[in-house]
Amino acid sequence: MTYITLPRSRPAERAIEFGLRVAAAVGIVTTVGIIAVLAVEALLFFAEVSPVDFFTGTRWSASIKPFAFGVIPLVVSTLMIALIALAIAVPIGILAAVWMSEFASMRARNIVKPILEILAGIPTIVYGFFAITVITPLLKATILPELGTFSALSAGIVVGILILPLIASLTEDALRAVPRGLREGSYAMGATRWETVRRVLLPAALSGIAAAVILAMSRAIGETMAVVLAAGTNPQLTIDPTESVQTMTAFIVQISLGDTPADSLQFKALFAVGATLFAMTFALNMISTWIVSKYRNEYD
Amino acid sequence: MTNPSRAALHSGETTTLNRRKVKNALFSLLALAAIFVSMVTLAGLLIDLVGRGGSSLDVQFLTSSPSRIPAKAGILPALVGTLWVTVLVALITLPIGIGAAIYLEEYAGRGRIARLLKINISNLAGVPSIVYGIFGLAIFVRGLDLGRTAFAASLTLSLLILPVVIISSAEALKAVPPSQREAAYALGATRWQVIRRALLPAAAPGILTGIVLAVARAVGETAPLILIGAVTFVTFVPTNPFEDKYTVLPIQIFNWANRPQEAFLEISAAAILVLIALMLLLNGAAIYLRARLSRGLQW
Amino acid sequence: MSMSKAKPTVRATTQEGARVTAEQVNASAARQESALRFDHVSCSYGKNLVVRDVALEVPRNQVTALIGPSGCGKSTLLRSINRMNDLVPSFRLDGSIYFDGEDISAQGADVIEIRRRVGMVFQKPNPFPKSIFENVAFGPRLLGQSTGLDDLVEESLRRAALWDEVKDKLSEPGLSLSGGQQQRLCIARAIAVRPEVILMDEPCSALDPRSTLQIEELMRVLAKDYTIVIVTHNMQQAARASDQTIFMTMGDDRAGYVVEYAPTSKVFTAPEHQLTADYVSGRFG
Repeated sequence: MTYITLPRSRPAERAIEFGLRVAAAVGIVTTVGIIAVLAVEALLFFAEVSPVDFFTGTRWSASIKPFAFGVIPLVVSTLMIALIALAIAVPIGILAAVWMSEFASMRARNIVKPILEILAGIPTIVYGFFAITVITPLLKATILPELGTFSALSAGIVVGILILPLIASLTEDALRAVPRGLREGSYAMGATRWETVRRVLLPAALSGIAAAVILAMSRAIGETMAVVLAAGTNPQLTIDPTESVQTMTAFIVQISLGDTPADSLQFKALFAVGATLFAMTFALNMISTWIVSKYRNEYD
Repeated sequence: MTNPSRAALHSGETTTLNRRKVKNALFSLLALAAIFVSMVTLAGLLIDLVGRGGSSLDVQFLTSSPSRIPAKAGILPALVGTLWVTVLVALITLPIGIGAAIYLEEYAGRGRIARLLKINISNLAGVPSIVYGIFGLAIFVRGLDLGRTAFAASLTLSLLILPVVIISSAEALKAVPPSQREAAYALGATRWQVIRRALLPAAAPGILTGIVLAVARAVGETAPLILIGAVTFVTFVPTNPFEDKYTVLPIQIFNWANRPQEAFLEISAAAILVLIALMLLLNGAAIYLRARLSRGLQW
Repeated sequence: MSMSKAKPTVRATTQEGARVTAEQVNASAARQESALRFDHVSCSYGKNLVVRDVALEVPRNQVTALIGPSGCGKSTLLRSINRMNDLVPSFRLDGSIYFDGEDISAQGADVIEIRRRVGMVFQKPNPFPKSIFENVAFGPRLLGQSTGLDDLVEESLRRAALWDEVKDKLSEPGLSLSGGQQQRLCIARAIAVRPEVILMDEPCSALDPRSTLQIEELMRVLAKDYTIVIVTHNMQQAARASDQTIFMTMGDDRAGYVVEYAPTSKVFTAPEHQLTADYVSGRFG
């Protein structure tokens, strides 16, 4: 009987480990790279436009003279749309999650959950299309006949639908993490299902839900295609959702679609706005992670 | 001879109980309404798409190039571009994503460095896709001078979905019970042999499913590609992803959707249907892969 | 069926195949009886001592049982023989374990080769999610063998008393077998790499009584060709199936130590220590 013992060469093992380490390093390199690119290019911009003007200025006009680079209109528009989106997605998403987690039968859940997953998988450009073809006309036909083609409201609604599955699934995870014992204790005292949800489960899952909402807000702020198609490119400072506005992401798209030369001030502004966007979403993501780690109740 | 406590149960407490029951039912209704809203939205979206775009969807549409005349326009260059990008992204992400996940789960241990790497990955997962586009523009298109090519786009999109692939692959590896590792080690396997012969085969369904789903997501991305320079009016079919100008389906959809004319909205809808069909195909492939590879993998 | 066991020296450098040196021949004469020797072995996880000062010899080709109450370090001691505890970062072993005269607990020892020559069967059967054939062939394939696998698999399955039950369905998944069959599959898998020692960590605790008896009978047969060390909670099993018994218990410092080590019949009928007598009569543990 042949029986071969080949030396399992350890150099090969070390080479493999090296290769795997390189793969893992791609992650770090990407993060460092993104921060470096944004920082360097933004600094080039700030060499020509003072950061004070940028962060506190209330007029944004990058393409039409006289130029002005106050980012506040873009930020306000972004936040306005994000808030409208949250106003829709948070109540509906949490309710949906509660229903799926506590009320629904297996069969019903097996219908609704895939639908939410499909909603989550739809490309954002399709949501933008939906805003133009359905939402805006619907709004015009029913409650806002004066509505223009572009509006923050239309964009906000569509982004809300977009982030709804995210809130629903994260909230469901948070609810599922609440131990059975808490539920059973409440029911054993004769509480109805909704009372248990309101008084025991939601408070217990609060940190997870808060983290979910912040994550969804970050997502809404970073959303591009839906708002480009729905909200337009008018960088005005307003809190009227029926107006056409321009978000940070829409501005970035506008510049890259145009013929702006790569070393022009407008192009540099793209990086500055990009850096601001990155900083905002990064901060929100960190807060979300922090909430989960700090307030997670150690049930076990 | 009525029991006094039973009498108490029946008087005032019943009304409170009824009120609570009514509240319970009301809230259930509210939740159902919320669900209903979500489902109606999805239905509405599909109906609109099919109604608007269904008639434009024919062989001519699939095989022609875009044109200024909506009736003659087609998505062939965009479709080919999307296919190129899909394949390249899958090829790039597979080794790097799986490799990084293996390193994180099997080599990195539990110490500080490992935690830092994992936090870094989940942060990257939350970065907006347009920022990846900016990064790709600076590094791939300009820095490495790859130009506005499908290859640069594939590299950018690969980075975009890499965090998700790493996370899902790591989950798949974590799901393999430690007893499997022990069994392999006890037979005298080296660490890489344990990974290659015992872990990867067991985690393969989860890993592959995760990759296919992530690639499906990359296929639908528009914003990064606008940054990277996917051109909006391409009339020829790109054959060399490292050199030619190119376009992809989402860009084509965007381009047409931006036009005010109704006819363009119709072909935009038709293109969306093709994109959705492509994504359904990929999702279906993921489900099939998982089912096929999971046979005999019950723990 | 005679088995030629290749016995390359356990060294830190890579293997070059069996090499019989003069020193090995001399040493072989000297170490006829004991397969494993524990030389003042203590085990700890970080700062926690879990096994204290074990010094004993395990004879070749016999079944040695390791019994004692839960948590007294039996499994830890067993797993340190084939260096499975190396997988736990905080583990430390003081003293030395000798296998055929060589220090297998040394830092520079070839752990991979040790694990080939000292096999292990676990508490809960853990076959790979592969076919029965591929489960048994897993070990030989690791070593680079690609021919002659059919014969090797058949021989291993026969030795594990499983061949007749599975010979017609070798391509079926290993997980489709019953619990007792899966455990015998794991034994066949361990045998396929031609070990000299088989360690068993409570191999029957997850099995039904009939399968348990089957495996106990199997151990007796296997002992003719292998040295068996079995950790068991089941005292009757130790009394039935083993030649020697090591009794461990937990000391006041929460570390396990060996109370008594003697032929099985003596341990169960005329133990020297009171603790042993108490344990085997069920008064604690």
